[in-house]
Amino acid sequence: MTKDMRTPILFAVMALLFILEGTTSFWVFSGSWNTSLAILNMALISAIMALGVNLQWGYAGLFNVGIMGFVALGGLATVLISMPATPGAWTGGGFQIVFSLLLGAGTVAAAISLFKRMAPGRNRGIALFALLAIGFFLFRYVFDGGVEGVEAINPASTGNIGGLNPGGPDGYKDHGYMALIAWPVGGLLAAGAAWIVGKTALGLRSDYLAIATLGIAEIVLAVVKNEDWLARGVKNVIGLPRPVPYEVDLQNSAEFVAKAESWGADVTTASTIAVKLSYGLLFTAVLLVLLVLAQLSLKSPWGRMMRAIRDNEVAAQAMGKNVTKRHLQIFVLGSAICGLAGAMMTTLDGQLTPGSYQPLRFTFLIWVMVIVGGSGNNFGSVLGGLLIWFFWIKVEPIGNWLMQVVTFGMEDGSSLKAHLLNSAAHMRLFSMGIVLLLVLRFSPRGLIPEK
Amino acid sequence: MDFLNAIVALSNFVLIPAIAYGSQLAIGALGVTMIYGILRFSNFAHGDSMAFGAMITIFVTWWFQSMGVSISPLPTALLALPFGILGTALMVLATDRMVYRFYRQVKAKPIVFVMASLGVMFIMNGVVRFLIGPGEQRFADGARFIIKARDFKEMTGLREGLAFKTSQGITVITAILIVAFLFWFLNKTRTGKSMRAFSDNEDLALLSGINPERVVMVTWIIVASLITIAGVLYGLDKSFKPFTYFQLLLPIFASAIVGGLGNPLGAIAGGFVIAFSEVTITYAWKKVAVYLLPEALEPSGLAQLLSTDYKFAVSFVILIVVLLIKPTGLFKGQSV
Amino acid sequence: MADPFLIGDNMTGGYGRHGPDILHDCTISVEKGEIAVIVGPNGAGKSTGMKAVFGMLNLRQGAVRLDGEDITNLSPQARVYKGMGFVPQTHNIFGSMSVEENLEMGGFIRTDDISETIEQVYELFPILREKRNQAAGELSGGQRQQVAVGRALMTKPSVLMLDEPTAGVSPIVMDELFDRIIEVAKTGISILMVEQNARQALEIADKGYVLVQGRNAHTGTGKSLLADPEVRQSFLGG
Repeated sequence: MTKDMRTPILFAVMALLFILEGTTSFWVFSGSWNTSLAILNMALISAIMALGVNLQWGYAGLFNVGIMGFVALGGLATVLISMPATPGAWTGGGFQIVFSLLLGAGTVAAAISLFKRMAPGRNRGIALFALLAIGFFLFRYVFDGGVEGVEAINPASTGNIGGLNPGGPDGYKDHGYMALIAWPVGGLLAAGAAWIVGKTALGLRSDYLAIATLGIAEIVLAVVKNEDWLARGVKNVIGLPRPVPYEVDLQNSAEFVAKAESWGADVTTASTIAVKLSYGLLFTAVLLVLLVLAQLSLKSPWGRMMRAIRDNEVAAQAMGKNVTKRHLQIFVLGSAICGLAGAMMTTLDGQLTPGSYQPLRFTFLIWVMVIVGGSGNNFGSVLGGLLIWFFWIKVEPIGNWLMQVVTFGMEDGSSLKAHLLNSAAHMRLFSMGIVLLLVLRFSPRGLIPEK
Repeated sequence: MDFLNAIVALSNFVLIPAIAYGSQLAIGALGVTMIYGILRFSNFAHGDSMAFGAMITIFVTWWFQSMGVSISPLPTALLALPFGILGTALMVLATDRMVYRFYRQVKAKPIVFVMASLGVMFIMNGVVRFLIGPGEQRFADGARFIIKARDFKEMTGLREGLAFKTSQGITVITAILIVAFLFWFLNKTRTGKSMRAFSDNEDLALLSGINPERVVMVTWIIVASLITIAGVLYGLDKSFKPFTYFQLLLPIFASAIVGGLGNPLGAIAGGFVIAFSEVTITYAWKKVAVYLLPEALEPSGLAQLLSTDYKFAVSFVILIVVLLIKPTGLFKGQSV
Repeated sequence: MADPFLIGDNMTGGYGRHGPDILHDCTISVEKGEIAVIVGPNGAGKSTGMKAVFGMLNLRQGAVRLDGEDITNLSPQARVYKGMGFVPQTHNIFGSMSVEENLEMGGFIRTDDISETIEQVYELFPILREKRNQAAGELSGGQRQQVAVGRALMTKPSVLMLDEPTAGVSPIVMDELFDRIIEVAKTGISILMVEQNARQALEIADKGYVLVQGRNAHTGTGKSLLADPEVRQSFLGG
């Protein structure tokens, strides 16, 4: 197999896997196009995340362990943009919350300028402490009042400030394009968080960025879970608007029914497939745009400089490159892509469920994708995204199948058999760890190596 | 009287829990710092290795309990601890052999070690959940309290009770013993000194004939002991649940960095800084305030600075501030 | 003529397996209890020559023999066991450890009692006895060099190799260090050192090597080199 053929062949194999999933029910395949497309859609989103992480790791050697946080911020953006504003929430406390947040930001800014202006010493410490304490209590006082106001509004179904959808609570689903607007906003939110983390941890030892990103992810999640006024916390926001048609509308449309019947397809199945296909097309479009941009940037002087910095930081610094600044740039960009993907994912799910964000799923899985696919190579990370997601879904059936085989001889009802069968779910973590270590050790350049 | 009540309430809800939690963090952070000092990477598998060590200890504890072996009023887990340490030591040595040693030989960048430790974390995570399940496990037995709140009230006649849990007492005593032993080992024994030398200046240590593989092995054994002890103490004090151990990673890293990575003294100080900040900031101070302030000034709310859901934010903010102002930590750590 | 005590004979090689050659047919040797000094312009391969003798280089040609034994294929660590002591130019102490601990680590490979050797080091460098419990990293530059030399002496080496021991110390301290080095040589230890301060170093040297671009340019006793007009002109500033 020549080098040039490697990429197309691997992608063809990937396509074959999805086709098998859609057509045969042999072994672990389900034989349903619905499942196949559902896996494909999430796989596309995963590929976008992997692309973002590859930007950070493959181009610049930055280790981001907080992907989950940036993904969750994207999800948050979907609610804050594409949902309608809760009636009365802004006047009932929303403005007060915003004011309190400004107060908080002002306090931090004042503290920073105080820190810079006053001479080091005990006086500075006292002044800083006093300022922060007063600022904090002021912030909490205003903030708590606002939160109380917002959360009191119909807590069973809303209790949050809602978003910017102009359609209002009854007609917001007609403004599906708002979901599309939310995607880049998700990227912006993630970029903001990444800037704060990068500003502090970049330029220090490489481990520190990893630890700081681990921290920011935990905190973003804590905020999304606990600040009910923002996006209802663990009470979840459901019924997010879609940029694509609803199945019910398709089933009611005479035109669609006629078309489906002309193909000899079941109308319900056809509608679900049509919806998934439209998502798939949208996601593919985004992925392609990003992939083209990533490829262009990789070949540009900027990309060459990035890789030069990655390969020899000292030399690049000696040549007058501001390494920390470049790193910050690429870290923010990569995180923004993760945020964008996070917003897309929440739109696809149609709901924001903070309880479902697990670091294993949203941080470490993406890492496996990048490493397996080939760090430094954009096509590699896209392939990794598709492949690993497919396996992530299939590890459980494969694990079950394995366990069935292992426990075949055991008598039914034995506690060991029951335990083994129940534990198949944990095979995921285990096998992903093994995959990561094996690839890292024996094929550190991945399936499609960097050129 | 009110003043005494306030002090008792403060001790009961802030000081004692923070000291116990701080000790647990300190032991955990000592492990992180030792690995950083000798092997020069941040071990992300630390939290899950703690869960592993605790798990082995729990299995042995259950076995002892089923056989009726007990050292009541002390928890049986203490008796099982050496077995847990042994199991964990074997596990980390095997991991080192299969994973990290290769990267040492090829002199890989530290970040590659970090990533490998991430893979180990995954596997550890899977193994622990596979063997003991993801749920909460109870394994504490023996006397629950050294001092019960009610007894304390009767004894002193105060309105506030002071409860001192056995697990807290054990935690603090163990922590003191461990720290004393570790410092004796590092400062007085030949092996300990060679570890410090290796951590200080690897090339010169090699020139002096110090065997790196031996240093690494001893380090892993010590780390395994620290990990298991921290994991078991935390499990006894709070409860054992695999996921909480993953979450401990952040406060433990924060402790080690705040104190200065690679500096054992710093790890201990850092553990207590983080624990006290976390507990004081998330504690509802109303209970103390009612005794100290005149009625008119009594807080109407709970007087809690941050909800406990944000306790990780405390570690994080301290971490960020330290990284911004003094990246080498309070005590001079190894490098930036 | 019998082999010198330690000789790097016709050494050719460079760093790494495929690195370019830095040394070309370079020969460096030292007799028992003598001081040999390597001098030369910047980038002449002075340090490289010494590192080659210590086994930190891949030699393509030539050999290193200690007391008649071929040690060309031994690692630096193994050479320490054979009786060679090496003091690197930088990072040559354990900064966070006390002076005494530095000496203990120097004698790590010994299984016998090292307290006597520590005592000897203290006699040689009295200031170290005073500062025995202080962290070595907190000492002054000259004192640190004394710790570094003391550490290397702990293995009771037959050859002591010093890479620019006086780099970055004041002239007074430099003179004192050279005095100490002469004392060490008097105990029967051969000294091989690389020096930036060529004139002073050659003054105390029994033998001098002037290297230029990895080749032996001039070789002779310290005095003869100092007297050689060509050496004076090119390397000693007239």
